[in-house]
Amino acid sequence: MKRSLSLAMLLALSLAPSARAANEADYKAAYAAAEAASKEAAGMRNQWTVTASALAAAKKAADGGDFDRAVAAAREAEALAKASIFQAVSEKEAWKAMEIR
Amino acid sequence: MKARSVLLLGSLGAALIAFALASPGVIAADMVDPVADAKAFQNFFFQKFPNVKHEDFVNGPYSMNEDMKRQWQEKEEFPPYEFALEAGKEMFSTPFKNGKTYADCFPNGGIGIRQNYPYFDTGEGKVITLELALNRCREANGEAPYSYVKDEMASLTAYMAYTSRGKPMEIKIPDDPRALAAFENGKRYFYTRRGQMNFSCASCHVQSPGERIRAETLAPALGILNAMPIYRSEWSGMGTTSRRFVTCNSQTRAVPLEPQSDEYRDVEYFLSYVANGLPISGPGARP
Ligand code: HEC
Repeated sequence: MKRSLSLAMLLALSLAPSARAANEADYKAAYAAAEAASKEAAGMRNQWTVTASALAAAKKAADGGDFDRAVAAAREAEALAKASIFQAVSEKEAWKAMEIR
Repeated sequence: MKARSVLLLGSLGAALIAFALASPGVIAADMVDPVADAKAFQNFFFQKFPNVKHEDFVNGPYSMNEDMKRQWQEKEEFPPYEFALEAGKEMFSTPFKNGKTYADCFPNGGIGIRQNYPYFDTGEGKVITLELALNRCREANGEAPYSYVKDEMASLTAYMAYTSRGKPMEIKIPDDPRALAAFENGKRYFYTRRGQMNFSCASCHVQSPGERIRAETLAPALGILNAMPIYRSEWSGMGTTSRRFVTCNSQTRAVPLEPQSDEYRDVEYFLSYVANGLPISGPGARP
């Protein structure tokens, strides 16, 4: 259960607005973290379409120089990717609950 | 942003609940028993829908709704898959550049054999679907493989299904631990939740058949592959089994796998095996 708690905290953090305007370095860090999580999810064959969309939105916003938006989208992508990883891990056993017996 | 966050938290919450419910204890002795699984699977649907004739389950959404079924039977007089059937027949009899034909690749010249696919190849240790076997046939004869999600493949499988109509599905699981593992893997894939919606195949096709999702009536999982390939008005064309799996994955906001990936082959094996005894009805037509 520890795992889920820290994940919930991470989510809360990632959705909280930040006080100062974001810059390119913030974006790059947020994007790298999101991309790493997204790759991990894909490696588990459990990527979500919305993760890819959020990553693309982050990139687009950064290309347009809107780093606040870019960071927010990257953090959303990271949170989505982490949720999909969590889903894949929990489903390793949880799928059996749905089985017709 | 707000709405998306709520959705995100919602899907995470569902995953958490599933996790909490299922963590301890379920690791009980897991003997793979396909015969018992198929029996339980069929009984579930027979009991859930006592008024549906057993052989009718293969007609997807039409088995769930009398009005829809009547409209469909009228349509069957001029079936929209007819053109695909004609094309498939023509392709089937046209020789490759080397003079051979599809008939040379299949038992009984490919006629009346749809009910035996997919099968487990004990040499290779893998599930071989009909779509895969068709492309392998092409490649073995020096032809480029077809896309798994486009019309040519659907035409070929439509023709092969048509020559097998009415034959009971007859999938075998050889006495080989790898075959049992493939069956079990297909079962796991079928029941595993995925995508941001946190849905498994079973969420829609076991828990909700007959219910409507957007404009569509959900097909029951029992016999769900017997009618493939299908014509869909929404697609204004034919869809292969591969195409349907990809579409169903996308609907849950899961990134689909590659057509004919191991998971898709195994889930096809599982779903076909549990439909053993039910007639082939393909090609199908859907509203
Ligand atoms: C969000 C709900 C949903 C999920 C989850 C889902 N499907 Fe579907 N599926 C549909 C809808 C809608 C259709 C089209 C209407 C129908 O025929 O059921 C469909 C149709 C199909 C068909 C064609 C049936 C027919 O007779 O027309 C197959 C085969 C199928 N699904 C397999 C799967 C598999 C395998 C999975 C898991 C990988 C899956 N579906 C997951 C909604 C879903």
